[in-house]
Amino acid sequence: MQSHNHCGLCSITLKNIQVTSGQDILLDHINLQLHCGELTALIGKNGAGKTTLLKAILGERPYQGEIIYMDHNGMPVTKPKIGYVPQQMDFDRSTPIRVEDFMAAARGKAPVWWKISKKEKVEISNILEDMDCAYLAKRRLGALSGGELQRVLLALATHPVPDLLILDEPVSGVDMVGLDLFYHRVTQLRDRYHMAILLVSHDLSLIRRYADRVVLLDKTVIAQGDAEDVYQTDAFRSVFGYLEEKKESETCT
Amino acid sequence: MHVIYSWLEHLPFTMFQFDFMKNAFLAILLIAPLFALLGTMAVNNKMAFFSDALGHSAFTGIGLGVLLGLDQPLISMLAFGIFLSLVITKVKAANMASSDTIISVFASASMALGIVILAGNGGFSKYSAYLVGDILTITTSDLMLLLVVLVIVYVVWALCYNQLLLVSINRSLAASRGVRVVLMENIFVVLVAVAVMVSIRAIGILMINSLLILPAAAARNVTKSARAYHWLTTIFGLLSGIVGLTVSYYGNTSGGATMVLAAAVLFLVTYPLGKRFR
Repeated sequence: MQSHNHCGLCSITLKNIQVTSGQDILLDHINLQLHCGELTALIGKNGAGKTTLLKAILGERPYQGEIIYMDHNGMPVTKPKIGYVPQQMDFDRSTPIRVEDFMAAARGKAPVWWKISKKEKVEISNILEDMDCAYLAKRRLGALSGGELQRVLLALATHPVPDLLILDEPVSGVDMVGLDLFYHRVTQLRDRYHMAILLVSHDLSLIRRYADRVVLLDKTVIAQGDAEDVYQTDAFRSVFGYLEEKKESETCT
Repeated sequence: MHVIYSWLEHLPFTMFQFDFMKNAFLAILLIAPLFALLGTMAVNNKMAFFSDALGHSAFTGIGLGVLLGLDQPLISMLAFGIFLSLVITKVKAANMASSDTIISVFASASMALGIVILAGNGGFSKYSAYLVGDILTITTSDLMLLLVVLVIVYVVWALCYNQLLLVSINRSLAASRGVRVVLMENIFVVLVAVAVMVSIRAIGILMINSLLILPAAAARNVTKSARAYHWLTTIFGLLSGIVGLTVSYYGNTSGGATMVLAAAVLFLVTYPLGKRFR
């Protein structure tokens, strides 16, 4: 992996994004800039359009507007790489697929029902080892615990180093220790590779601890800035109520 | 063809003295791997009900063929099967109702429409052969068609399998790796539609889905990796096909149904072993 020592002009700009479904406008006038080396947290109540925005960025949903990726020299990136850690994996858990089958399929080499080359197996093992989970390579994907699956997904999402890493509620079903460890790893990745990270989460206290910027969404961006500033806005209070009264440790949904 | 025929005649089975048995045997050698490949993915995607609906829709395909005055209803079966598979996929994506409800609506409607057309055209009974199929009426040109479809499916499997697998695990994750999710889903359902329609005359509308689903369902009981899953499904498909055909010849039973029974036995035998592989 190549390490980026400085990010310069590197950023991702969302210009006037609009997503519609039939007559309904799901997202409107989304103007955002995601900076490299920054963890931006996307918050909002259920149905505010967080997942829709992620799907638009992933190219899974058609949208109007522009998403522009710039590298650290200020040149546009024509084929941006996106790493994605999904919220949940609702695949059939009994499916006979090993972790290395899954990784090889995602990396798009020879069809995994035919064979996975020795070289590819070594590479997959190295990628997994980045998240301390090379020992999971031969395990069945459906048999992994929540935390193990998260590590595998994060390892995959960060190889090759993406221009944008998207984490969609990545720690549901993981205990507190696993949670802290996960965010610790994510911030390490941010610092090491200066990648832009977009995180969707409901855990406001964790966001306060780890996010560099917070974007509050309700069909459009209704507040943005650092966590303290956003948590003080009227817009935030109208969505989540007064956080101060709920103490640090509480989470809002 | 003569080379294959004479090779089969040298085997110590009396059933190979008849050309129709040779053709039936060769049909199995083509249909089993075809269904094995598609079946592994259909089971991964929880699409057993979808492929069942597709099989039933063949009634309308046959009916349309009769209305259009076609000698062979295969063209209209293929056209309608492909059309229906794409429509179901499209309606499912709109997420207006649960997918089993949508599939059920389309399956019932296309089956009913087909029966209305066929029964209205002078008695349904002459089409009942399509219900249970007749592998003994397979001709050389049917075999060629099956071979072409098998080759196409293998080529698509070589090119698109990884992407199909990723879509079956998580659509958004697949999209993030540059997979064209909707295109992949459509390619898969069209392949299933084509494979089902070209095999229906041999296996029968009632049995076709079992042959698609059962070998894969049995193989996943006892496998851990994608590779083992594929090859064991192919072996199970061939085994149940050949055993089924042999038993049906000597026991004078329906070919398609006997194959499905053999596949069901494989599932029942492997099911208790499943815990060891979890």
